[in-house]
Amino acid sequence: MSQRQVLQVFEQYQRARTQFVQAVAELAARPQNIETLQSAGVMSLLRPLLLDVVPTIQQTAALALGRLANYNDDLAEAVVKGDILPQLVCSLSEQNRFYKKAAAFVLRAVGKHSPQLAQAIVQCGALEMLVICLEDFDPGVKEAASWALGYIARHNSELSQAVVDAGAVPLVVLCIQEPEIALKRIAASTLSDISKHSPELAQTVVDAGAIAHLAQMILNPDAKLKRQVLSALSQIAKHSVDLAELVVEAEIFPVVFTCLKDSDEYVKKNGATLIREIAKHTPELSQLIVNTGGVAAVIDCIGSCRGTVRLPGIMMLGYVAAHSENLSMAVIVSKGIPSLCACLTEEHEDHIKAAAAWALGQIGRHTPEHARAVAESNVLPTLLAMYMDIHSSEDLQIKTKKALKNILQKCTYLPALEPLLHDAPPNIMKHIVGQFSKVLPHDSKARRLFVTTGGLKKLQEIQAEPGSLLQEYINTINNCYPEEIVRYYSPGYSEILLERLENYHPVS
Amino acid sequence: MEGGSMAALARLQARLSGLREEYYRRNRSIDEDRKIEYKAAVKIQSWFRGCRVRAYLRHLNKMATFIQKWWRGYRSRRYFLKMVEIQKRWRGYYVRKYIHNYYELKKYLETVSMNNEFVRNELQQYTEMKENEEKRKDLEKKEKEKQYQARKMHYLLSTEQIAGIYNSPFRKSPDPMELLLRKSKPLSHKRQQMKSPFTSELYDWPTCRRPPTFSTAEPLPPIGRQKPQGPFRDTAEVLRQRYKPLEPTLRVAASINSPLEKAREEMKMEEWRNRVHDNEFLPFSSYHKNEKYDPSICRSGKYGQETYGIKHFREVQPKKWIAGKDFQTVSPSIVLFEKLGKTYSRTGQIV
Repeated sequence: MSQRQVLQVFEQYQRARTQFVQAVAELAARPQNIETLQSAGVMSLLRPLLLDVVPTIQQTAALALGRLANYNDDLAEAVVKGDILPQLVCSLSEQNRFYKKAAAFVLRAVGKHSPQLAQAIVQCGALEMLVICLEDFDPGVKEAASWALGYIARHNSELSQAVVDAGAVPLVVLCIQEPEIALKRIAASTLSDISKHSPELAQTVVDAGAIAHLAQMILNPDAKLKRQVLSALSQIAKHSVDLAELVVEAEIFPVVFTCLKDSDEYVKKNGATLIREIAKHTPELSQLIVNTGGVAAVIDCIGSCRGTVRLPGIMMLGYVAAHSENLSMAVIVSKGIPSLCACLTEEHEDHIKAAAAWALGQIGRHTPEHARAVAESNVLPTLLAMYMDIHSSEDLQIKTKKALKNILQKCTYLPALEPLLHDAPPNIMKHIVGQFSKVLPHDSKARRLFVTTGGLKKLQEIQAEPGSLLQEYINTINNCYPEEIVRYYSPGYSEILLERLENYHPVS
Repeated sequence: MEGGSMAALARLQARLSGLREEYYRRNRSIDEDRKIEYKAAVKIQSWFRGCRVRAYLRHLNKMATFIQKWWRGYRSRRYFLKMVEIQKRWRGYYVRKYIHNYYELKKYLETVSMNNEFVRNELQQYTEMKENEEKRKDLEKKEKEKQYQARKMHYLLSTEQIAGIYNSPFRKSPDPMELLLRKSKPLSHKRQQMKSPFTSELYDWPTCRRPPTFSTAEPLPPIGRQKPQGPFRDTAEVLRQRYKPLEPTLRVAASINSPLEKAREEMKMEEWRNRVHDNEFLPFSSYHKNEKYDPSICRSGKYGQETYGIKHFREVQPKKWIAGKDFQTVSPSIVLFEKLGKTYSRTGQIV
């Protein structure tokens, strides 16, 4: 055989390998092919190609493996069981940037499915390699490495701690300052995933100086970047008062309110989440938010969205109102109650309705003024209907009952309480009647109204156990009226009159 | 019976002496005990009387305390009510003014609503601005698209002889597209080759601007072709010879002055290392005329110049010395400093 023919054999083989690996990579990009590929045993074929002489084949094989592992967790487990990860990790350090990107893609695809797989990645020593990739010059490599780290850290706090121990946080904070938008996005989402588990992890992220950079990026026009940045800041601020104060000191107010007016829904949601996490810690922080006009911005934001996006805004109003009565009055003055009532009636999801009911309860529970403001907006019958509805979830029922109780205990605005008398169940009736019994003895106009609107009649129809609190209230109310009127409205009075008629013999 | 009574009398007389002794004995014992018993009786009575008196005193004490207590309580209750009155008024005032100040609360809520209005206006303006910007961007994009289309379809422009499709003779004035075509320059051929590098799906990384160039080792020769007839050499051999990479010898690869240059570099490095500073020595005073004097760190401190070393030197205070002798030196001392105070006179005194 001549030399040329010998070389031709090798060249044919190389071409065949290249074609195979490129075709597999392309097929793996479409989900419908993957089962076929898996049944054809593609894992065992791809594995030796990772160690191929030609760098192209190595890179494309790694890309194909990454796409396969990305699809579902069985394949990812097969990647782990096939001992592919140590090979990838070892060759990461000496290869060029395309190989590094492809290898980081494989690690990300394996690590995203479950904590056990991520643990396997950590155990084969991949974290140090990924951190070394974070120091690379190419922004694509940095992005792939920080994406992989983010997916690993997402699962639980031990994995997050392992990522932090590998020294990733300062490098990720450096990545945030890079000019490429995609890299900034991924780095922000990685910081968010790291800091969400525990206060110590959030403190580590803060110590690396992340807050200042994140706060600067709130003004960036890119919507996806803003989502991640706001999410990261809210994960930091949610753990403790000190962290929330640090976030506030970065002067995010009133800039954050512009995010509440963004065209992207999730930017609004994350902005509202950030404000909620800050407001819920102490009255002083809520006061700060109210003073900068945050309540108005959040109310407008709630009015303009639909669905789960509204939920953080509603909860923020509830938290602010819960702290003190002045803040609650501030919420009322900013026209918070009409929008909360709109949420209550328009939404279909039970948990959003439960949140709106809770927020209304927090607003109305402080003083009679507050309760009157809530009652005047005609929301009490809606709350009662939701409480009585058998289709409502248990959580919704509990929240509406508490809200009703809180408001009713302070409500002295009788026209709003009237309609409730007719429908309420006994445990709520007790509070309603109690309120009536407090107000009626002193107010004659209210007594007249009570009679004319049929309340006294309804009251007589209530059957209460003698000696119970309800009976006492009923007695107190009955004592406000002359006996004839009470007897007139008591049930069965017409029968008594007819009986008397029958027994009456006219004196002729 | 006198005999009987005589016998009894004799018996009694016999007993008489014994009786006498007995009588004396009894009296004596009684006498002896009498004092003791008397003293005991006195003691008991005195103790009992003392108890009674003490009980009475205690009782009196209690009564006095009770009366005083009651009286003092009565006095202070009168003051207490006044005190309560004062505190009541003060607390009401304080709470109304500082804690639950109604008017303050009203003002605060008014400022809050004003602030809210302001924030709402600002946000409204901001959203409007953003919407305008987006609309503007859309319009610009459409404009660019139209212009690009016009440049591509430049051939649809109407000529002198034939009216183009946008310039129908039945129209009063030409279509805007016609005007656009007139204004635009035709596309050159070069631009058409600029395709997006993301045609294939393999390269979908957003930060990767160019597709990665996988360098192949060598161009593969064409296969399955008929060998050309004639005395031609083998194609692969020819290509290998043509594209053989250059393998220069060491002499060619190294520069001409190479050892000399290297030596020169080394010398320069050595000198640079040993230099204290890199400022060139300028020999003439004219170079230094306008130089500003930079005082050193010691001179430029805020405490000014130290007087030590200029106004006075190390002085000697014999009273503070512990021993008469100097320290025992281990390393050789500096000869000049040994002579302090010893060359001419002891700091002004005669040696």
